[in-house]
Amino acid sequence: MTMREKFLPVLSIVLAIVAIWYVAAVYLNAPFERDTAARAGTTITFSEIVPKTMFQERPVLPAPHQVIAEIWDTTVNKPITSKRSLVYHAWITLSATLVGFGIGTVLGILLAIGIVHNRAMDRSLMPWVIASQTIPILAIAPMIIVVLNAIGISGLLPKALISTYLSFFPIVVGMVKGLRSPEQIQLDLMHTYNASSAQTFWKLRWPASMPYLFTSLKVAIAISLVGAIVGELPTGAVAGLGARLLAGSYYGQTVQIWSALFMAAALAAVLVVIVGAAHTAVLKRMGARP
Amino acid sequence: MTSGFLYGAIAFWLAAWAINEWLVRIRTKDHTLQRIIRLAVPLLFGTSILVLWEGIVRGFNIPSVLLPPPSMIWTRLINSLPTLWADFRQTFLKSVITGYIMGCGLGFLVAIAIDRSPFLQKGLLPLGNFVSALPVVGVAPIMVMWFGFDWQSKVAVVVIMTFFPMLVNTVSGLAAASSMEKDLMRTYAASWFQTLIKLRLPAAWPFIFNALKINSTLALIGAIVAEFFGTPIVGMGFRISTEVGRMNVDMVWAEIAVAAVAGSAFYGIVALVERAVTFWHPSVRGGQTS
Repeated sequence: MTMREKFLPVLSIVLAIVAIWYVAAVYLNAPFERDTAARAGTTITFSEIVPKTMFQERPVLPAPHQVIAEIWDTTVNKPITSKRSLVYHAWITLSATLVGFGIGTVLGILLAIGIVHNRAMDRSLMPWVIASQTIPILAIAPMIIVVLNAIGISGLLPKALISTYLSFFPIVVGMVKGLRSPEQIQLDLMHTYNASSAQTFWKLRWPASMPYLFTSLKVAIAISLVGAIVGELPTGAVAGLGARLLAGSYYGQTVQIWSALFMAAALAAVLVVIVGAAHTAVLKRMGARP
Repeated sequence: MTSGFLYGAIAFWLAAWAINEWLVRIRTKDHTLQRIIRLAVPLLFGTSILVLWEGIVRGFNIPSVLLPPPSMIWTRLINSLPTLWADFRQTFLKSVITGYIMGCGLGFLVAIAIDRSPFLQKGLLPLGNFVSALPVVGVAPIMVMWFGFDWQSKVAVVVIMTFFPMLVNTVSGLAAASSMEKDLMRTYAASWFQTLIKLRLPAAWPFIFNALKINSTLALIGAIVAEFFGTPIVGMGFRISTEVGRMNVDMVWAEIAVAAVAGSAFYGIVALVERAVTFWHPSVRGGQTS
């Protein structure tokens, strides 16, 4: 597929969304302008309303350029250490995400190794791991934050724990599948080589599990970010993207909410792309042909 | 006295582990017995975790503010059934079910609508995949602003969260029928609609049910998290965040237990319907014995 064929449809859909967004912004913000005009005792024509809906202080739906201007203003024009800088808040959330993702990955891989090598663990643990995915885990988030706060642990760690908890399950499930992916014939070959179970693991199971691991990692990193953001909600946290969302919703700062949302989206996209790049690099090192 | 609980719990745990190790080694031709063993192992494991939890909490005298023992949570659950039922009705029956049906239905209809336009598919699919990786719960504050505090705003969040997985899965499901089968339909002079009903929709069911299962979890998470941003004085998310603030951790755990049961039951029902509808699929046919 050429670049043109690939990007033209996506680009036109994105442009359509932006256009719909502008129309919606005019439609949703117009009542406020009419009210203001009515209160002032004047009438206002439609052509006068339209430009005004684009630059409201607290619009119902901010126009795209307002959001982009806000993002530009809070990332480039503010020093990174400032509490008003979006980069600062993004970093707070990102650090919790990465710490939680790291712990979750290590724990998940270790548990998967245990499950693959021990029948009792497999039979007793695996159903619970699968069942736990049907549970709204994020509901536990506020409790972890507040309870850990109560015993004096606050800041990055509680949020990271929520991310750990969320990223842990996809990795266990993916890794168990991956470590079991070698076929019987390959395992038999290792057997004829008189390979120990450690050798079978490092030379066959581990390399075979890589595609599964990276697929899970992509899911896990995205959900880690969600965990970190939600983890910032319940304590009325002072910093982080979740805190920006919460503060924005308290004070009706819609532009601030949307810019935090866009930042979170960009962060998620970058993280997933990085994991994807690592995936390609590892597969290439292992000699997989694209 | 208190350490007695601890030793008792550890002894129970070890015994359960030993029984499980023994159970998984049993080989029998009897299918019913095999099934009972398959069920007993995870159940025993779950029970031993609960007993260990109870023993550790009592043995180390962990304050119930930090981690209440299961027995205390159970008492609380039984004593506050009316409250829990009201929360369940608000969050689950009103927000989750309505949003789930609307979101999944909308995703399905849009997928059918763009079925005949490869251009729209190529544009929407990458976007849908991209949105699935985003922290979509972040739109909750905006929805609360637009649709008010009551369940309508939660429905909106759930619709947005469930729409894209459904869209992406249905589109790829509709492409699942092989060209050979489609050619056969053409030789029958079947219309687009007939091909859709008789061939492509049945072939798409596994994908659609995959989305339905993913969405059953997402919907509950979306509704609960959206309640953190503002809600009338009822609802699971509201109860969790307020009771955490008042340090009634046992009530929080009771609410989480309800959420877990509701989430698992929801998922289970969808999975059961899936078995009935896609009875021909290898994963279902093979599921009985393997």
